[in-house]
Amino acid sequence: MTNRIEINTTVNGETVSRMVEPRTNLVDFVRYDLELTGSHVGCEHGVCGACTIRLNGEIVRGCLMLAVQADGGLVETIEGLSENGKISDLQEQFLIRNAGQCGSCTPGMLLTADALLESNASPTRMEIREFISGNYCRCTGFEAIIDAIEKTAQTRQKER
Amino acid sequence: MKPSPFDYVKPASLGEALSLLSDSDGEVAVLAGGQSLMPTLNMRLSSPSLLIDINGITELDGIEVVEDVIRIGALTRHQVVQSSADIAQHAPLIAMAMPHIAHPAIRNRGTFGGSIALADPAAELPACLCALGATIEIAGNKGRRTVSAVDFFKDLYETDLADDELLTAVEIPVLADGYRSAFEELARRHGDYAMTGLAAHGLIDGDKVSDLRLAFFAVGGTPVLAKNAAAVAEGKNIGDEMISAVQSALEKDLDPFDDLNCSAAVKMLYAKELTSRALKALIR
Ligand SMILES: Cc1cc2nc3c(=O)[nH]c(=O)nc-3n(C[C@H](O)[C@H](O)[C@H](O)COP(=O)(O)OP(=O)(O)OC[C@H]3O[C@@H](n4cnc5c(N)ncnc54)[C@H](O)[C@@H]3O)c2cc1C
Ligand code: FES
Ligand code: FES
Repeated sequence: MTNRIEINTTVNGETVSRMVEPRTNLVDFVRYDLELTGSHVGCEHGVCGACTIRLNGEIVRGCLMLAVQADGGLVETIEGLSENGKISDLQEQFLIRNAGQCGSCTPGMLLTADALLESNASPTRMEIREFISGNYCRCTGFEAIIDAIEKTAQTRQKER
Repeated sequence: MKPSPFDYVKPASLGEALSLLSDSDGEVAVLAGGQSLMPTLNMRLSSPSLLIDINGITELDGIEVVEDVIRIGALTRHQVVQSSADIAQHAPLIAMAMPHIAHPAIRNRGTFGGSIALADPAAELPACLCALGATIEIAGNKGRRTVSAVDFFKDLYETDLADDELLTAVEIPVLADGYRSAFEELARRHGDYAMTGLAAHGLIDGDKVSDLRLAFFAVGGTPVLAKNAAAVAEGKNIGDEMISAVQSALEKDLDPFDDLNCSAAVKMLYAKELTSRALKALIR
């Protein structure tokens, strides 16, 4: 056993202080230590995007970061973004288009789509494809997901 | 899978990191962006007893233009390089390559220096550095040294970097008058490692090209500079006949191997096609 290390982070707006093993990755930390199981785990080597989490406002692979690296950082998960309403329109479009089926990819897909719309308010379908290229979906065939993201962008543009 | 247990330290300075490296028994790993190291730990392809996290060494982070070179600190994230106006202006080849490197969430963490230190044969940046005649800066306990990119990449995942050294920065000559760059890559999925790729750079005068550097990746253990092809191109106008001559010369330069994605023969075919695309792009 190696020494545990104390970390202090803000997770979905709440201050969290925990002792963690250095080898614990960020997504396991939020799932097992904090019981926030909305972030999923697929491949554990960076390929599928199911584990997408926001750290300091940027999306990251939760399986490719250590929990100790989130010390002093701001962590946001799908639970936080769902509760604060930031992505409610995106979630609604996912529902309407049936863009989430088994739901395995959905939290990561939503966080990635949200990051895209933050940096590009009216992406083309090609830009959407490229941005979500690191998130695997085994159910939908992606078209419905792209529709939902595109529709959200269009609606937000109209409402501005 | 989960990594085997290890201890973790996060030095705040380069000096501290270097002494940790030299004091260790070799069972250490340097953690930069972690986007290549973490998968190997998760899969237990490596099981270090100590992880040295260099993310706290702020002096390794950032891009600056100093006279006629643009300097990219080892810890500069791919995303920062991708959106840098200085990179777009002074090293457009790098700007062209960035969107091909992995996916947004990975580019938010992965570092420029990590890509160079890792030296994946299918990675974009090592080839770009060879095409641009870049210099790599390395720090060890005995001081700093520099090595040219072409000499840095030794073999498959093998570089000039010693176990007790750190890559600190990369210096690229700023784009000189008349020079242009082109970047071409074929991958199965956007953001995946290349099946075959090409970073091209040369002096363009009308349709005429000279001082051409064609750096291929994913066709050998290291980036491959196609010297025969460049010699054939020297001083010629870019056009159909010239392109076929350059493509034929590639057979003397490249000796690709089969990999998971495609056979050596297909890689050669792709290399020729990318050469044609890149040459046309240089005069567009
Ligand atoms: C799904 C996926 C797809 C990817 N696709 C691509 C792609 O298409 N093209 C591409 O180029 N890359 C790709 N990558 C890799 C990504 O670009 C990595 O970020 C990069 O290769 C390594 O950088 P890092 O900062 O993450 O390094 P780390 O993973 O932290 O380190 C990698 C290695 O380099 C060493 N190292 C790192 N920094 C230094 C330093 N300053 N001095 C000495 N040693 C150091 C480490 O000890 C380790 O051995 C992909 C990664 C994933 C997970
Ligand atoms: S579980 Fe992290 S990318 Fe697949
Ligand atoms: S909805 Fe099942 S993997 Fe995307």
